[in-house]
Amino acid sequence: MSILIIAEHDNSSLKPATLNSVTAAQEIGGDIDILVAGNGCQAAGDQAAQVAGISKVFIADDAAYNNALAENVAPLIAEVGASYSHILATATTTAKNIMPRAAALLDVQAISEISAVVSADTFKRPIYAGNVIATVQSSDAIKLLTVRGTAFDAAAAEGGSAAIEAVGSAHNGGISEFVGEEVAASDRPELTAAKIVISGGRGMANGENFEMLYSLADKLGAAVGASRAAVDAGFVPNDMQVGQTGKIVAPDLYIAVGISGAIQHLAGMKDSKVIVAINKDEEAPIFSVADYGLVADLFTALPEIDSEV
Amino acid sequence: MKILVAVKRVVDYNVKVRPKSDGTDVDLANVKMSINPFCEIAVEEAVRLKEKGTATEIVAVSVGPQQSQEQLRTALALGADRAILVNSDEALEPLAIAKCLKAVCDSESPDIVLMGKQAIDGDNNQTGQMLAALLGCGQGTFASELVVDGDKLKVTREVDGGLQTVGLNLPAVVTSDLRLNEPRYASLPNIMKAKRKPLDTTTPADLSVDITPRVSLLGVELPAQRQAGIKVDDVAMLVDKLKNEAKVI
Repeated sequence: MSILIIAEHDNSSLKPATLNSVTAAQEIGGDIDILVAGNGCQAAGDQAAQVAGISKVFIADDAAYNNALAENVAPLIAEVGASYSHILATATTTAKNIMPRAAALLDVQAISEISAVVSADTFKRPIYAGNVIATVQSSDAIKLLTVRGTAFDAAAAEGGSAAIEAVGSAHNGGISEFVGEEVAASDRPELTAAKIVISGGRGMANGENFEMLYSLADKLGAAVGASRAAVDAGFVPNDMQVGQTGKIVAPDLYIAVGISGAIQHLAGMKDSKVIVAINKDEEAPIFSVADYGLVADLFTALPEIDSEV
Repeated sequence: MKILVAVKRVVDYNVKVRPKSDGTDVDLANVKMSINPFCEIAVEEAVRLKEKGTATEIVAVSVGPQQSQEQLRTALALGADRAILVNSDEALEPLAIAKCLKAVCDSESPDIVLMGKQAIDGDNNQTGQMLAALLGCGQGTFASELVVDGDKLKVTREVDGGLQTVGLNLPAVVTSDLRLNEPRYASLPNIMKAKRKPLDTTTPADLSVDITPRVSLLGVELPAQRQAGIKVDDVAMLVDKLKNEAKVI
């Protein structure tokens, strides 16, 4: 078995999401290599070489791979990955964009967001918004998988010393270009990596009231998320959405504030270790998954919590 | 400008599916079926492009069972001009569906292919990307805004860090995210009119597409269920439990 992991990185550093794929690869078993495709990405490649248990790191450094455009990166993955038995990437929006394109170029049926490795060709994955878990077996020569980050622990980021090789001709399809981005700047931890997540829902009533969550989050070192209802209502931007179609999180502590608990929201947070729900409606479905439920008006409860912690 | 919009027949989003008693698959007997919500958003975007005068024709396509005609009629009632059903009663994988759509694109030559970012049954999030690969064209996935600018397309995408905008040459494939638009309801006169719009049927075999499955479903199960915990009396008790019992703050 030989496994190629597609690194998630920002050129200057390797993103922790990559380490969840390393663990999934270790469960499959075999030689594990990492491909870092970017522009000026040597530093990210050096970090990838430090990850425990990696044989080789391939660096494809070219302007064509800036901003991870799928049209350019997918052909590279298809080229470098063609000799492997498995190609893995953690299911970030970058990987979800690129990996199916690479799969089609290789003529293989990708398997999305695996949550468990049963054997080298058999995997579990959630379907129907996480209401059902399917066990699927691939007959393709190359198993191309995305990995649900919360389902696999992060591998050790240090302790390895993989060989680094430059690889791959530059693929530039010339059919797409990066125009710009609006990235939310925040000193708080990333939602998917935070130990504590505090999320607000429609009950927050407006965007200004989220300040109460930010204040509490800063005291606890937490990230702030939101339900789809809060995002759809325009309270907060889309990158804060926790749920089946937003981010999947599994922190040590998840505090749901003014969130009723729609199925698609539960699908994004129900693997959290401890769940707290604060809602004035005691019939809210969120209480059925909460370890600690507080039936209270959030506008009185939040300031009290803020002063008690 | 011609737009092809792909739609899928799926379990209605309000239905909570369960495994069959033998655990071989999910139980879909007598379950309400609908157009996939993300596909409905794609149809709405196509109709808006036509209302703005950017698009001249909208062709709705579905790859699936005979009953997918119902979802194609929904697309026609929302404003598509004609429809094509690629009929297969086998359960098709994203790669096979993408290959069928590629064959339809070869004969229809659309400028933009619009589709949902994922279907809420398999949750694969693959077909649009695969179609773009097979067509060798650009892809704007998870779109929250779409602007046609001459022979280019500007697509704003919902990504983990926020929003990203890409420029794509035409033709291109765009997959819709939740906030691209809010779909309208079809009016009764439009539903009646949709019944007379043309709907052609073809098959994967007619399109010379190999639909042999690559992945077999070994079984389905319910996820581990979480037990409800306790209700706390007040904030003081909550903070105490978190500090001293759960030890998470």
